Amino acid sequence: MELSGSEILVQFLKDEGVEVIFGYPGGAVLHIYDAIHRQDDVKHILVRHEQGATHAADGYARSTGKPGVALVTSGPGATNAITGIATAFMDSIPMVVISGQVPSGMIGSDAFQEVDAIGCTRPCVKHNFLVKDINKLAETLKKAFYVATTGRPGPVLIDIPKDITAPQIKIAYEYPESVKMRSYNPNVKGHPRQVKKAVELLLSAKRPMIYSGGGVVLGNASDELREVTQKLGFPITETLMGLGAYPGTDKQNLGMLGMHGTYEANMAMHECDVLFAVGARFDDRITGDTNKFCPRAKIIHIDIDPASISKTINVDIPIVGEVKTVLTEMSRILDETDIKSDQAALDSWWDKVNSWKQQNCLAYDKTSKHIKPQAAVEALYEVTGGDAYVASDVGQHQMFAAQFYKFDEPRRWINSGGLGTMGFGLPAAMGVKIAHPEAEVACVTGEGSIQMCIQELSTCLQYDLPVKIICLNNRYLGMVRQWQEFFYEKRYSHSYMDALPDFVKLVESYGHIGIRVEDPADLESAMKEAFSHKDRLVFLDVITDQTENVYPMIQAGAGHNDMEISPEHKKNLGSINPRGELA
Amino acid sequence: MRHIISLLVENESGALSRIAGLFSARGYNIESLTVATTEDPTLSRMTIVTIGSDRIIEQITKQLNKLIDVVKLQDMTEGNYIEREMMFVKIRAEGESKRSEIQRLSGIFRARIIDVTDLTFCVELTGSGDKLDAYIKTLHDGDVIEIVRSGSMGITRGVKALTL
Repeated sequence: MELSGSEILVQFLKDEGVEVIFGYPGGAVLHIYDAIHRQDDVKHILVRHEQGATHAADGYARSTGKPGVALVTSGPGATNAITGIATAFMDSIPMVVISGQVPSGMIGSDAFQEVDAIGCTRPCVKHNFLVKDINKLAETLKKAFYVATTGRPGPVLIDIPKDITAPQIKIAYEYPESVKMRSYNPNVKGHPRQVKKAVELLLSAKRPMIYSGGGVVLGNASDELREVTQKLGFPITETLMGLGAYPGTDKQNLGMLGMHGTYEANMAMHECDVLFAVGARFDDRITGDTNKFCPRAKIIHIDIDPASISKTINVDIPIVGEVKTVLTEMSRILDETDIKSDQAALDSWWDKVNSWKQQNCLAYDKTSKHIKPQAAVEALYEVTGGDAYVASDVGQHQMFAAQFYKFDEPRRWINSGGLGTMGFGLPAAMGVKIAHPEAEVACVTGEGSIQMCIQELSTCLQYDLPVKIICLNNRYLGMVRQWQEFFYEKRYSHSYMDALPDFVKLVESYGHIGIRVEDPADLESAMKEAFSHKDRLVFLDVITDQTENVYPMIQAGAGHNDMEISPEHKKNLGSINPRGELA
Repeated sequence: MRHIISLLVENESGALSRIAGLFSARGYNIESLTVATTEDPTLSRMTIVTIGSDRIIEQITKQLNKLIDVVKLQDMTEGNYIEREMMFVKIRAEGESKRSEIQRLSGIFRARIIDVTDLTFCVELTGSGDKLDAYIKTLHDGDVIEIVRSGSMGITRGVKALTL
């Protein structure tokens, strides 16, 4: 089969099983767009900004586990895509971004819409390729998908000069079934002796804690994590990236840990004697001050990336390997071993953990005449039966969603954890909805974040993507305001969102439905109404309390046992002594 | 501590910038970096001299290994190795006494004079970085016109080798 470079690209995507790509045309990719026009196998979604293309591909990838694909033109197309590429890189999301480039002969001449896309993206991709020879195009595409999806996943960019895709030059094409790279060997199994040592340490623990991260979701190891956690009977906490890997409603789950983690999760981290880290990378939002992190614990760490091990926190038993295979092996050893865990110690540990839990650290004022953002997330949880895909933007609303929406399944919680990209939520929700047209897809956002990619409302209309946007509108950049309240003596420098649009009218002008709710009494019915419009995008503008803060909060330099807690939490402390035990 | 890390990398444009970029992005030190193609034209060999605590060096080697273009890596400092650096020095050499002094010093250091004019000598010297430093110290500051140093290269002693 003789094909042009453009046709090879499109045929390859089809052969690779890519169903949908997100993109935006421009000069350097016109040949490719012409090839896309001449086929129906690979669906193209026209976004309104290249950042939206990469976030949508990212949302698609996070919710399916399949690589997301974006197509952008040279120059500004590539630079606009970078925020989305960096977002995927920080959260290890498999993504392939194809960027057009000026013709080979013009590279380096400061040509129109020329940018060194390889150089610009190098620090935020797993790898990137410049295609210099049409004969290498198919092989390079295969390498890109292979690198993006194996090992610790990540985004890969392929920069294709315009002459490579020209219709005049045709070569023989055959789909490369496999690819070998001498410098890249991602398949690693945990070392058997380390795995055995880890199980022995776990069974000897008196105050154990499981700390599970995004690697469990990425590695499709949720079932294995549940099995091992239940066999051990230990408390478990999840990172922001790991929510849903273990059921959020299960009694062993203490909720999220870290800067805005629950009181019980953070206290248990501080007090534990054995910490079992699974697919988590000891991010600074998790550890707080590393010198005060888990001061009494021996640490076991499973990670597929050797560079994640002992990067910020020294670990005692490192296991480099796929989380799924290591947990499967652990589960087998647990079945076969004669070693018994210290049940009496575990019982008294659970008593302590439960006493922390009873303080109800997420309590908030339910008598307020303003809608509390927490109540809005709880209403969303109720109305969707806890079964929706929830994409979020970045800020207070993200933390409230993470704390109050109890995810029972992995890949339901779609958020920019590492990079913290405002503007991520709506395009990511689009990607999720395209992957799961029958599922409820919500985007929890704020009036600040939503305006960073609001143009995608137009894409949602064009492709009939009825996501539900829950905008927690407090007329402040809430997390910035919170920090200014705590650390800058309430000098609210540029955190007030003045001159906001009328979001109801705005979304109506985009052809969608807008609903505004201000009275707590109307919240539930408004949420129900939003979800009653099955086939329409609804923007629910929830006017929330301007002064609400996210609690608990570990401040910079503090340990896990040193949290700012909410006023309502403090009220619950009446019968609890300062060590967190019931008096 | 000072470490000498040798790498075999894909001989492709961009490989060098990925490695240099890794050091700058993560704030690691590079004391010297040398690179040249190997007998296998698809591979380049790179020698990086870097300084850091054990934890930093561990991260450097892990992060380098993670780069797709890095085929193989060896920290020379973990075993016995030979290290050499090459240097050219252009020295002001006017008058008989100065010329004979430079010749005498060069003899002591086993340096070779490879270019001579009425006014200058150019000296070539190979050895450890310390030896090169020591040679420079013997010269009067005002006499040194130009110094070119190659950066260090390393190779392990014995049978062990950094090859594919």
